[in-house]
Amino acid sequence: MADETIFDFLHAEIINYVLGNNEMKNKDEKDEDLSLIEYIGFSTGYRIIERLTKEMPRFKDELDTMKFICTDFWSAVYKKQIDNLRTNHQGIYVLQDNAFRFLTRLSNGKQYLEAAPRYVTFTCGVIRGCLANLNILCLVTAEVQNMPSCKFHIQVQRS
Amino acid sequence: MSRSTTRFDTKKVNSELVTLTYGALVAQMIKDLDNTDDVSKQIERLGYNMGIRLIEDFLAKTGSGRCLDLKETADKIQTAFKMYLGVQPNVTNWSSSGDEFSFMLDSNPLTELVELPDDLKGLKYCNIICGAIRGALEMVQLDVQSWIVQDQLKGDQSTEVRVKFIRRLEDAMPAGED
Repeated sequence: MADETIFDFLHAEIINYVLGNNEMKNKDEKDEDLSLIEYIGFSTGYRIIERLTKEMPRFKDELDTMKFICTDFWSAVYKKQIDNLRTNHQGIYVLQDNAFRFLTRLSNGKQYLEAAPRYVTFTCGVIRGCLANLNILCLVTAEVQNMPSCKFHIQVQRS
Repeated sequence: MSRSTTRFDTKKVNSELVTLTYGALVAQMIKDLDNTDDVSKQIERLGYNMGIRLIEDFLAKTGSGRCLDLKETADKIQTAFKMYLGVQPNVTNWSSSGDEFSFMLDSNPLTELVELPDDLKGLKYCNIICGAIRGALEMVQLDVQSWIVQDQLKGDQSTEVRVKFIRRLEDAMPAGED
């Protein structure tokens, strides 16, 4: 059983690794390419949800799944529940966390806002991976206006 | 509403989260670099980076002072294993000169759910532990070398992490002041 600090440091090292990798490949690119962080999150989410839900009854519907992510899953991983879940009932969900675990120690306000995407991308991937393994394909993006609060937008893709 | 209430055993989830995240990261490294030796090196460096931060957390949480000899250091690292990985390794195989010893891990949370394919048998998956030990000890002025001797992933009974004391690091003089 690993301590929580380990996960925090590991998360920091993932960001460090991917950014270092980018620097070697394309030096002059302006926008940071965070897709690798997202992908590492995706694989993690895809696997962990399978282990967590293997003995649980099937979810009733999409909303039920989202509620599970906001409560049980979020508390287990991010130590608190999502503060606000909103949906338009057409496949768009907004999850708001007012004190997101990876941002709480960075800043309280708008300082370092430009670095915020690095610290939320992994979680976008985790959410996408979890939902993908529960048969919901979606796009997940994050929005940070004021640290440490963060909004995750989930757009379900229907075919 | 932000009280944490969950059906899960948070400790277990956290441990699996670390295992799986680490696995995903190593898998990505293997994709990025085509040489397993380079991956092992990267993993060690990553552990080193984590180690130099972990020591601070460790000292703050345990309030322990300076170690007077290597035996004490080994005991402290044993505590750290317990704190951070939840396993209690045995300290064994002291060299006669007393500057080398091993940690024996019966179970290793990092390698749970992990299997190495045949073409990656050269990969030192647990190198992150070696790196962390080296990084943490460097912050308390101990220069050590650390490597994996036995690895459960490669069919051994237990995982053995060897540590060798090299030298004490002196406080460096600031540049330009002789």
